[in-house]
Amino acid sequence: MSAAGRSGEARAGWTMASPALAAIIVFFVVPAIASLFLSFTDFDIYALANLDNLRFVGFQNYARLVENPLFWKAMTNTLLFVAVGTPFVVALSLFAAMLVNSRWLKWRPVWRVALFAPYVTTLVATAVVWRYLLHTRYGLVNYLLSLVGIGPVDWLGSPSASLPAILIFVGWKTFGYNMIIFLAALQTVPRELDEAARIDGAGWFTRLRHVTLPAIAPTVLLVSVLTVAAMFQLFAEPYVMTQGGPAQSTVTILYFMYEEGFKWWNLGSGAAVAFLLFLCILAVTLVQLRLAKRSGAI
Amino acid sequence: MSMRRWSVTLLAAFVALLTIAPLLWMLSVSFMARGEASQFPPPLLPSDPSLENYRTLFGTFGIGRFLANSLLVSTLSTLLALLFTVPAGYAFAKLRFKGRDATFRMLVAALVVPGQIGMLPLFLELKAMGLVNSYAGALVPWLAGIFGIFLVRQYCLSIPDEMLEAARIDGASEAQILRRIVLPILTPILVTLALFVFLGSWNDFMWPLIILADQNLYTLPVALAAMSREHVQDNELMMAGAVVTTLPVLILFLALQRFYLSGLLTGSVKG
Repeated sequence: MSAAGRSGEARAGWTMASPALAAIIVFFVVPAIASLFLSFTDFDIYALANLDNLRFVGFQNYARLVENPLFWKAMTNTLLFVAVGTPFVVALSLFAAMLVNSRWLKWRPVWRVALFAPYVTTLVATAVVWRYLLHTRYGLVNYLLSLVGIGPVDWLGSPSASLPAILIFVGWKTFGYNMIIFLAALQTVPRELDEAARIDGAGWFTRLRHVTLPAIAPTVLLVSVLTVAAMFQLFAEPYVMTQGGPAQSTVTILYFMYEEGFKWWNLGSGAAVAFLLFLCILAVTLVQLRLAKRSGAI
Repeated sequence: MSMRRWSVTLLAAFVALLTIAPLLWMLSVSFMARGEASQFPPPLLPSDPSLENYRTLFGTFGIGRFLANSLLVSTLSTLLALLFTVPAGYAFAKLRFKGRDATFRMLVAALVVPGQIGMLPLFLELKAMGLVNSYAGALVPWLAGIFGIFLVRQYCLSIPDEMLEAARIDGASEAQILRRIVLPILTPILVTLALFVFLGSWNDFMWPLIILADQNLYTLPVALAAMSREHVQDNELMMAGAVVTTLPVLILFLALQRFYLSGLLTGSVKG
């Protein structure tokens, strides 16, 4: 390869990469960094009209947030979604994957596509559908529960049922995606291993715990990390289904950021919320990775 | 053995039915008359199926306009995303240039930063550019698709270097190599990426909600969310709206599911 050809290749490389890199810098990197700076200003509707009204206020936005009960409500709600939702969604996805991976299953591709379908639907549209499915009087969910003798649950109207209601919807919407990832991992677990344990008399749960789970541990971690990040980013679900209610029981951190920024136009304060959200996701992910390293999963 | 085979298949069928039941119910209720679904026990099938709700949606509510907006925004997002990310993905995989690996490592690290972090500054940035309340504003995040670059790069790594070297010796320019040799090989992953971006942009809610203030520019999800807040009791009408919003992407997915599912695995096994 000649020197001229080599430099031509390098030039072509930069030429092809630079439009995308420029877009990433302008529309992703700069806003993300600017978020930190914005959070130290009092950017509000007056600054939006005239930048002369903008002042640097140090940590004042953060100090105000700490004193705002709605911020803490949004924080605890979101952490509750993460703490309850992650194990729920991971278990649901793993169950679906094991079912579809079963060696006795006929017409596998059909079931796989049916279980995956909710994931590609439009979130807003299916949230609207579930709002009616969860209707206290006319909803199908309460009708099915009434068949087994459970009285009507006020899913979206009572503060204690609203979180499970949204989690049922989120679980339904997202388990198919994780199922596909789990399926790929399960296919690498040798059938003979499971078979040998079965011949030794190990039950279904014992085989799950001692054969399957250790073999797919890195994938469980991957799916957990993805699910935690998704749980931190719930927004359209409460926006469409409950508008943050009842009694602010479904105000998530992103919902709070949206209202702070685009309903009240407190962009400085909203940026502080965004930055805290980023720190939360980062912290939880790092803890998960550390736990996984200690237990030898990766 | 055959007993076991049937019980597992039956369980799978039951779970699958339970999973798609909400979608079937949505479709069924959309053909019901006003108020028909608000009974106990809830009816599963319309007693007298009609297209009345769809007529109201397209006539009175002008949902055709939002459908056109969604089609326009998603199509342009897809084309622009391909135009920006495909050459970059190829360059990061196959062209040797200074700073390539360091840059790519930074991109991978940036994948963990959720886009919502920069949403407020991005809004201000686009306001300064005069792009707030325009289709262009809604497209912008799709140009900065790190995931697309990653996907294309993964796929390009399997192209043999000898093939590219041979073309260079024959005097082909780098642009010609990309167009005539690499792009044909990349076809499957291009379909996958196009499908990801189209569905992602079609289903996106938060960003269009923020950037599009003018009702005439609303995409389907934004319009549907606004409608559902005003017409809470119009169950049947809202179901028809949900069908119009989600059926196009569902059909697209079913037609191209092979590309979608294979791409999903390439993308998620990034570690």
